[in-house]
Amino acid sequence: MKTIYLDHSATTPVDPEVVQAMLPFFTERYGNASSIHHAGRDAYDAMGAARESVASLIGASPDEIYFTGGGTESDNLAIQGYAGHPVNRKRGKHIITSKIEHHAVLHTCQFLERQRGHRVTYCGVDGNGVIDLDELAASIADDTILISVMLANNEVGTIEPLREIRRIVGDRPIAIHTDAVQALGEMDIDVNELGVDMMTLSAHKVYGPKGVGALYIRRGTRVGPIMHGGGHERRKRPGTENVPGIVGFGKACELLARDGAAVRERVARLRDRLVEGVMARVDDVVLNGHPTRRIPRNASLCFRGCEGEALLLHLDMAGICASSGSACTSQSLEPSHVLAAMGVPIEIAHGVLRLTLGKGTTEEEIDYTVDTLTSVVDKIRGISAALGV
Amino acid sequence: MAIYTEKVMEHIASPRNVGVLEDADGVGTVGNPVCGDMMKIYIKVNGDRIDDIRFQTFGCGAAIATSSILTELAKGKSLDEAMAITRDTVARELGGLPAQKMHCSNLAADGLHEAIRDYQARREGQE
Ligand SMILES: Cc1ncc(COP(=O)(O)O)c(C=O)c1O
Repeated sequence: MKTIYLDHSATTPVDPEVVQAMLPFFTERYGNASSIHHAGRDAYDAMGAARESVASLIGASPDEIYFTGGGTESDNLAIQGYAGHPVNRKRGKHIITSKIEHHAVLHTCQFLERQRGHRVTYCGVDGNGVIDLDELAASIADDTILISVMLANNEVGTIEPLREIRRIVGDRPIAIHTDAVQALGEMDIDVNELGVDMMTLSAHKVYGPKGVGALYIRRGTRVGPIMHGGGHERRKRPGTENVPGIVGFGKACELLARDGAAVRERVARLRDRLVEGVMARVDDVVLNGHPTRRIPRNASLCFRGCEGEALLLHLDMAGICASSGSACTSQSLEPSHVLAAMGVPIEIAHGVLRLTLGKGTTEEEIDYTVDTLTSVVDKIRGISAALGV
Repeated sequence: MAIYTEKVMEHIASPRNVGVLEDADGVGTVGNPVCGDMMKIYIKVNGDRIDDIRFQTFGCGAAIATSSILTELAKGKSLDEAMAITRDTVARELGGLPAQKMHCSNLAADGLHEAIRDYQARREGQE
């Protein structure tokens, strides 16, 4: 059976060009970037080139890019490293974020509340998943030091108004962090245009390897290390660098700069074909997230009378990889905090299905998925019929 | 995500005895849509045997598979035998269920017991 992979927000296949770029750094160019000798210098230079390609994709300068072990670590470094810096700690203990952040942000904020005496405001969102800017503006206090709001949501794909947040903050001494893991490659990103001070990136969502990411830190933003060790990454992230991974991330960003816009346009068209196809053939479906301000690859749909896990399992039997985020598919058995914040009734939220397309997705795959989904929903509803769900 | 046994997957792929019994002698409803799992069991009783049985389920894979296998286990059984079918029996027959599914989604035996009690209540009403 052919695999139809529609879970690119979970992870992506590593692009063969990325693999090719990485390979020499396992076997021939294996130096430690901290070593003085030529093997070490070679690794150091390769990392420098990767730093440049990541930086240029987001309008940053290379010395503002700090490589990490992925998106989760970057979120932790941004929030804990900023809030925990002695100067910032003296200035204040209030952080503002949203209710729909990834757990890497939410749980880090909760940790600071419980263990470090910070105060956190979790701003609500509207029915489309857009942050309530009035609430955000009203919650800014004298001791607010940090605002962390994601650029694009991983479940429903809504793009958040970071530029407006900068406008609201003005030149108050409040740092703005954004988790751009789901936005990278899906929209043009410029840290200066957005007015953000820190930005989280992850390689494996953009056809790069897993376990590598970066944090952009604007020059002058005070962020301390959250791990302790050597002086790597300009004393912000100790540990011998994952050179092959970093080189792969650099290559992935280079490919985004080269092909990103064209891929995006194609993926958006296919996504619209998918959503329109499903809507035309299945009753009682809603598209979650903002109808237009959303990342091209995301189609998040709620099917009344179906439970997300049952949908996933049936799609999987037909070769289709998707994801749900419904209570039954999460480790915690909690329904999606994102849909809950958006005000989606819980019995509807149980029927959520997230399909995320990628650069390898074809029109045939989309048409097959629409057909399969139509019959799967029919089948599941046949089992639940008349329960009044 | 929960990992299911082959037997569970097989019941999810082709659930047995799905539907409604229009002239059911007993109906049991358990769970609710807010929890994400809800099921309805219909039985037709002949003498003291379950002659026919159907189910409707809204819920995850485990909820569907447990309902399906329960109908197989209960069909042809006496009411006493059917009352002795427990959540554990159902899970065992399926080759086990993931721990987090044991409580919230393994409701089918409860549904069957409800249906039998409904049947008994209706009979008492007649007498
Ligand atoms: C919005 C968002 N932030 C952070 C992460 C975590 O990134 P990583 O898997 O690289 O730790 C993810 C991916 O799961 C994500 O979607």
